[in-house]
Amino acid sequence: MMEILLDPTMLSDFLSTSLRLSIPIVFAALGGVLSERAGVYNIGLEGMMLAGAFGAAVGTFFTGEPFFGVISGMFAGALTAVVLAILAVSLGVNQIVAGIAINMFSIGVTAFLSRIVFSGQANTMTLPGYKAFAIPGLVAIPVIGPVLFQQDALVYLMYATVLLLFYLMFYTPWGLNIRAVGENPRAADTAGVRVNMVRYICVLGSGALAGLGGCYLVLSHVFLFSEHMSAGKGFIALAAIILGRWNPVGALFACLLFGLFDALQLRLQFANPEVPYQAFVILPYVVSILALVGLIGKPRPPGAVGLPYRREGK
Amino acid sequence: MEHHLVVDCVTKTFGDLKANDAVSLHARKGSVHAVLGENGAGKTTLMNILYGLYHPDAGRILIGGREIAIDNPRDALTHGIGMVHQHFMLIGPLTVTENVILGLEQSGLRLGLSEHAERLIELSQSFGFDIEPSEPVWNLPMGMQQRVEILKLLHRNADILILDEPTSVLTPSETGPFFEVLSRLKEAGKTILFITHKLEEVMAVADDVTVMRDGRVTAELKTSETNPRELARLMVGRDVVFDISRPQGHFGDAKLTVEGLRARNDRGLPGLDDVGFEVRAGEILGIAGVDGNGQAELAEVIAGLRPIEAGRILVGGADATQASVAERKHGFKIGYVPEDRQVVGLDLNHSVAFNLILRSLGRLPFSRFGILDFKAIRAHAERLVERYDVRLQGVDQEARFLSGGNQQKVILAREIEDDPEVLIVAQPCKGLDVGAIEFVQNTLLKQREKGVAILYISTELEHIMAICDRIAVMSRGRITGILAPEEATPERLGMLMAGATADAA
Repeated sequence: MMEILLDPTMLSDFLSTSLRLSIPIVFAALGGVLSERAGVYNIGLEGMMLAGAFGAAVGTFFTGEPFFGVISGMFAGALTAVVLAILAVSLGVNQIVAGIAINMFSIGVTAFLSRIVFSGQANTMTLPGYKAFAIPGLVAIPVIGPVLFQQDALVYLMYATVLLLFYLMFYTPWGLNIRAVGENPRAADTAGVRVNMVRYICVLGSGALAGLGGCYLVLSHVFLFSEHMSAGKGFIALAAIILGRWNPVGALFACLLFGLFDALQLRLQFANPEVPYQAFVILPYVVSILALVGLIGKPRPPGAVGLPYRREGK
Repeated sequence: MEHHLVVDCVTKTFGDLKANDAVSLHARKGSVHAVLGENGAGKTTLMNILYGLYHPDAGRILIGGREIAIDNPRDALTHGIGMVHQHFMLIGPLTVTENVILGLEQSGLRLGLSEHAERLIELSQSFGFDIEPSEPVWNLPMGMQQRVEILKLLHRNADILILDEPTSVLTPSETGPFFEVLSRLKEAGKTILFITHKLEEVMAVADDVTVMRDGRVTAELKTSETNPRELARLMVGRDVVFDISRPQGHFGDAKLTVEGLRARNDRGLPGLDDVGFEVRAGEILGIAGVDGNGQAELAEVIAGLRPIEAGRILVGGADATQASVAERKHGFKIGYVPEDRQVVGLDLNHSVAFNLILRSLGRLPFSRFGILDFKAIRAHAERLVERYDVRLQGVDQEARFLSGGNQQKVILAREIEDDPEVLIVAQPCKGLDVGAIEFVQNTLLKQREKGVAILYISTELEHIMAICDRIAVMSRGRITGILAPEEATPERLGMLMAGATADAA
């Protein structure tokens, strides 16, 4: 294993795999940051990602254009998020329970619909998708260049999204409103911020972002839709949100960490065929637990996350 | 002279209750106008009408002689009316600037933090606020947070400021500077409505005062032409006895003894540093000091709610240091009236009856073989509610719907009914009106006569002076001195509070 670190080409290759494995988690985690900063837990990231994957597959299947796949994938994610928004924001249902319900609902519905839409050939067809292309100049940077700038369009979109969300959150009035609503909705309300509208927008945005993660799975990874293909990535994203301290950039690095260990476990699997592969598959999950338990000090979530807001009034 | 703000015969009814009954008020520009009344007198309703949170059933509001309609807080602000709520509407992790500009109408993409910060520095200098705009609000003491709230209004160009019980969250040492802020605001031509139930404050800072009782205005006066006794009568509707009679005490042996107590505070820093004293049976020992100097930790350590690092707690000679909370209550007979009655003292979401047995759940007669006896619980509640004169609709009413004074009565009833031998009372009169304070203090004095050893923690010096037999002063987790009331001049207490030891003071 050590030769990976010594050989620049192999190192680039390894890091590139790490990055690609982390992309869907990054999108989902960004969605989670957006929603939790506004005060709504989004445990349904997993289900929204899965809906996004399905939407991407359907859109691409019918149009032959991955671009329309992305649009319909994000739409499917946001549509799933509407359920969470209604339950959690309008009706004040327990957000954890609502999220879990969405995950289970999404697994069932996408499996069912995929059999109807793709009539059983979902696992054998190949959809068109995004291919990697180099960004001239930047790609020539040693080691890091090929890792970061020899990727496909959705990866570049991810870079842009992280920066955009970071700017939105901390340097615009909208971001201030979002943070205020997530910390102390009553105070935000008295200051004239429309609390539940902000929450709706953030939850929908959260679903669209998680859906984008699903799009990447289908359009850049495997080029087909398979049942429950999100396989727990939405839950890893939940850990990344905490590890990244509800900050888009922090969440990005947390996801990269998980991607790194995911790539590592793949290598270990291939290098040690005699060991049952399950022993390695658990690695990123173990890391996420360890990271949450030990390495990071005490995280402080947004003050009002999980609490529905009702105006007191007579 | 032209009045800046006029409220003309405003009436507001909630169901059967006339919260405001033809209320009128006339505030002059550049003056401090106090609105004085007990809790429930209708002050807050009136202010909420002015701030657009409620709509009046009848009556008019005029600013500068023109009648205006206020439908919501935004409207209020466009007419120049701003409000500082009793519980601040601030967002802890956000900076001062971010808190101030939250909700301002401004175009989408830029916050313009630095421009706003400059304006804030200007504003805060012109009023002598001394505020750092980039500091997160939760790092600021309450007095500073209050200034942030005022800045919020000034930044929005409000010129009528409604301050709801502004001193209730301040420490005694913050009150003076706050009054200076008021006079600066006044000089700048702002009109201030100062809502309070504290007579001394009205006398100290207000130019005019409107007194309310039961939803009606009982008088509108110049403060220079009245006195505290008259105001108290107008507010309560009868003569209030200011000097609570404290009969000669009969002190027994030391009942509660603490030695060398050390404990950490919530932030993990040393909160109690070698605290020791004794309270005799039938004695009230007052603990004075600026809030946050270890008083809360002391009460919690004795009640068993905070781990202790060193020292001993003896009750009647028996060691209670390791006892559980339940053992302390039922075995050692320690009653505890916590400072935060809404979070620690009561379970607001449960009925008054349930709250009255909160510390005796699972004990006879309220529970047999692990099953609650609701009849016994109800009967018990009915009895206590009657004896302690708790005003409520029924014992099944949730505790949250009671007024502060009545909530405190419920806690007192619960802690006193078990015949405690030691009573720990933390800030029992915080936020209560005159009538309720009188009740609490008389109740405690009765316990004193029965021979209970009482530890009375308060930041209000007058209350401590009124009912305590000895006064201990805390500063930075230590007892800096224990004085008899007659030696306790404000100067000596002040020095002890600031941390000087008794010999030096």
